[in-house]
Amino acid sequence: MSQGRQLTFNIFRYDPQEPNDKPKMVRYQLTETPGMTVFIALNKLREEQDTSLQFDFVCRAGICGSCAMVINGFPTLACRTLTAKYPKGEITLMPLPGFELIGDLSVNTGKFMRELAERLKLWLHPKSNDISIHRLEEPMAPEEAARLYELERCVECGVCVSACATKQMRDTFVGAVGMMKIARFELDSRDARSAEDFYHVIGNQDGVFGCMTLLGCQDNCPKDLPHMQQIAYLRRKMAMTLV
Amino acid sequence: MKLIYTDSLVVGAGLAGLRVAIASKERGLDTLVLSLIPAKRSHSAAAQGGMQASLGNAVKGMGDDEDVHFQDTVKGSDWGCDQEVARMFAHCAPKAVRELANWGVPWTRVTAGPRDVIVNAQKVTLQEAEEAHGLINARDFGGTKKWRTCYTADGTGHSLLYAMDNKAISMDIPVHERVEALALIHDGKRCHGVIARCLITGELRAYVAKSTTIATGGYGRIYEVSTNAIICEGIGQALALETGVATLGNMEAVQFHPTAIVPVGILTTEGCRGDGGLLRDKDGYRFMPDYEPEKKELASRDVVSRRMTEHMRKGKGVDSPYGPHLWLDITLLGRKHIETNLREVQEICENFLGIDPAKDWIPVRPTQHYSMGGIRTKATGESPQLKGLFSVGEAACWDMHGFNRLGGNSLAETVVGGMIIGKYVADFCENNSLEIDTKLAESFMHKVKAEIDSLINGDGSENPFEIKHQMQRIMMDYVGIFRNGPELDKAVTELKALLERSRNLSIKCKKRHANPELVEALRVKRMLKVALTVACGAAARTESRGAHAREDYPQRNDRDWLNRTLASWPDANSLEPVLSYEPLDVMKMELPPGYRGYGIDNAIVHPDTAKREQQIAEILASLGEDADRYQRQAALMPFDLPPSLQAKNERLSDTLKPAANTRGEQS
Repeated sequence: MSQGRQLTFNIFRYDPQEPNDKPKMVRYQLTETPGMTVFIALNKLREEQDTSLQFDFVCRAGICGSCAMVINGFPTLACRTLTAKYPKGEITLMPLPGFELIGDLSVNTGKFMRELAERLKLWLHPKSNDISIHRLEEPMAPEEAARLYELERCVECGVCVSACATKQMRDTFVGAVGMMKIARFELDSRDARSAEDFYHVIGNQDGVFGCMTLLGCQDNCPKDLPHMQQIAYLRRKMAMTLV
Repeated sequence: MKLIYTDSLVVGAGLAGLRVAIASKERGLDTLVLSLIPAKRSHSAAAQGGMQASLGNAVKGMGDDEDVHFQDTVKGSDWGCDQEVARMFAHCAPKAVRELANWGVPWTRVTAGPRDVIVNAQKVTLQEAEEAHGLINARDFGGTKKWRTCYTADGTGHSLLYAMDNKAISMDIPVHERVEALALIHDGKRCHGVIARCLITGELRAYVAKSTTIATGGYGRIYEVSTNAIICEGIGQALALETGVATLGNMEAVQFHPTAIVPVGILTTEGCRGDGGLLRDKDGYRFMPDYEPEKKELASRDVVSRRMTEHMRKGKGVDSPYGPHLWLDITLLGRKHIETNLREVQEICENFLGIDPAKDWIPVRPTQHYSMGGIRTKATGESPQLKGLFSVGEAACWDMHGFNRLGGNSLAETVVGGMIIGKYVADFCENNSLEIDTKLAESFMHKVKAEIDSLINGDGSENPFEIKHQMQRIMMDYVGIFRNGPELDKAVTELKALLERSRNLSIKCKKRHANPELVEALRVKRMLKVALTVACGAAARTESRGAHAREDYPQRNDRDWLNRTLASWPDANSLEPVLSYEPLDVMKMELPPGYRGYGIDNAIVHPDTAKREQQIAEILASLGEDADRYQRQAALMPFDLPPSLQAKNERLSDTLKPAANTRGEQS
């Protein structure tokens, strides 16, 4: 195998729990190997150069949504970002904005998502609670099941939130992730809630009427979810409840 | 000392852990879940293909029922499983699928009328029944007689985990995220909770509970290349081992999945082959029919993995900088199918390989995938040695998988096992009061604190990352798909040397709070003990069964080895576990050991097998012609379940034939 090129990583470093620590960018050099991803690179840097470096990975396969960070200006999943994608070999890593910083590249997206789920009640509210699990299941139109799955593919990585200008200005904005999940339950024929019920949680400036349609969510979503289509759909639906 | 009290404590927030927590909370118990990460990021999310349950809605699933699912599972386990548990499981799997539908899972549904599928490289048109329209669909998976694997495209684990966690959130079940359990609080007889460390602040806490359920998943990351998430490091098993009392079961039973991508080991689902994908060698030749003419690519995972390895050893692998590999060809499924039913696979191919699986073949090789072994439990999920300690899911050896797990049975085990064991956990909490011995909790707290102090202040010289890499390499090289005595002995010797070295670890980062190096050091010592139970168990087991394939002992030896390996670690200073064996009683089996259906039948028979077969024939004859399948089953091998799960499962075939309806009592 031929000797790989030298990569330069500029990494945001800050430990909010260290009283005297200040945010800074630190440069690291690393030899690229074939098929290297940012996941592989960060682990090598931690093992060989700085064991205190904080970052989050779980599945390392683009499935769990743990490792979103800002890479050369764009929020994305680090596990499936190949270093070969950057011809100059310069890679700048920053933590996702809009979330509590744990340290360096690690942010607390889990806490955010759980609070959002509690606030917007992001679970199925079944029409009936006494469906027997021993009997034949209720049929569902195959097309509906497929459409639900399409909207359910969100991995709660936080990219849409960090790429959203409204969210940067208004902390209470629910972001594309919140609206995508509402849209998912709105579409579900098993859910008992009406458009009016959803209006109470997202029919305001923190929800559908706060979106400025700058498309940051849709452009960066690693799962290519149709955020704008859903926000537009919900907005129309919410506006209709006022008529 | 910070002390947090709850009734039902669950360690691990994947599908199994959350399902147990829900069962506890449903009974009004105070319930608390600990997790290394946010619940929705658990490794359960990575399960792509689906979950087995004998619903029998799809035309290729017609005629399926608990009996067929049970038989497939027992054969799949190579007769290593606990048949009563396999029965409990097969009976409740349809209930779990239907319950999840009620909780929001958008299961892929049957569309009435014709549909084209690929079976054995041929296009076949299936005709789905009108009556099945809109019911839950199923796909084909390896080692099953019927199409039984329920799915949502290829994101089944994701859909299930999200529905499960949403349910838990709706019930207000707290999950303490970014918290790692480091020791079980116990007095040698009863478990009282855990000592855990907050991964953000470094705070040590004692969580004291009536019941403690370990649901931390498998131990795949003791291997160098694994399909597992990087958090699947076997710490749950290690915690049980470190009590010195609780036993682990069948730790040497480690499954390799045939089709992980090369080099990174990310999984492409068995659904690829289930939906009609083929394996090809360096010449583009489809080799599986030569080895397994009947099941071909859809033989059991252990069988396909070994056949692939054999074929590569013959020089038929494709050379690459990472060693030889084979090809997975799903191009024949067509772009439309791939873009709807195998989209995760498509994304993985695009992002990690830069290929289009609708046009290009995928480089694959067998890779560590699943841990059949785990914390040994009774059928109720409780440790036989340590009262109040439960385990469920991949963390446990419950034991429905024996020496090989069928695809689609792990996702099923998480929710079905959680459903059943959750009820037993709740029973336990209702029938037992809390014993808070703060002195006992403190002593464990001090032990963990001392361990951390010595890592931070000590003058050790060993690098935790290096020790871990060496362990992973040893496991990969000597405790892999094919095993033999000399290599296993080498593995044991080298792992013992590493364990000794791990007592002298040194860390450079001295922070007490968020400190990834400290986390690594705390884990690697525990992982080494788990690795040793795997290697020692494999070295001792001189036969081949399921995923445990000994080149020097190629026969399945029911005469001497129809048993379960138990491992404990009574002496903390020892460098190896103590092994003992728990026999499987042929005279109690519903399905006595027989031919599994792959290769030549070379098993050494158990002396009781013929006796039991004779007895079964007599029991069935005495029941007469009128006995239905439930009565026959009950006469052969009664099994217990919580009352609310005992009802029979209704199927489409019951409603299609109202005259012959054997629906039974329904609640």
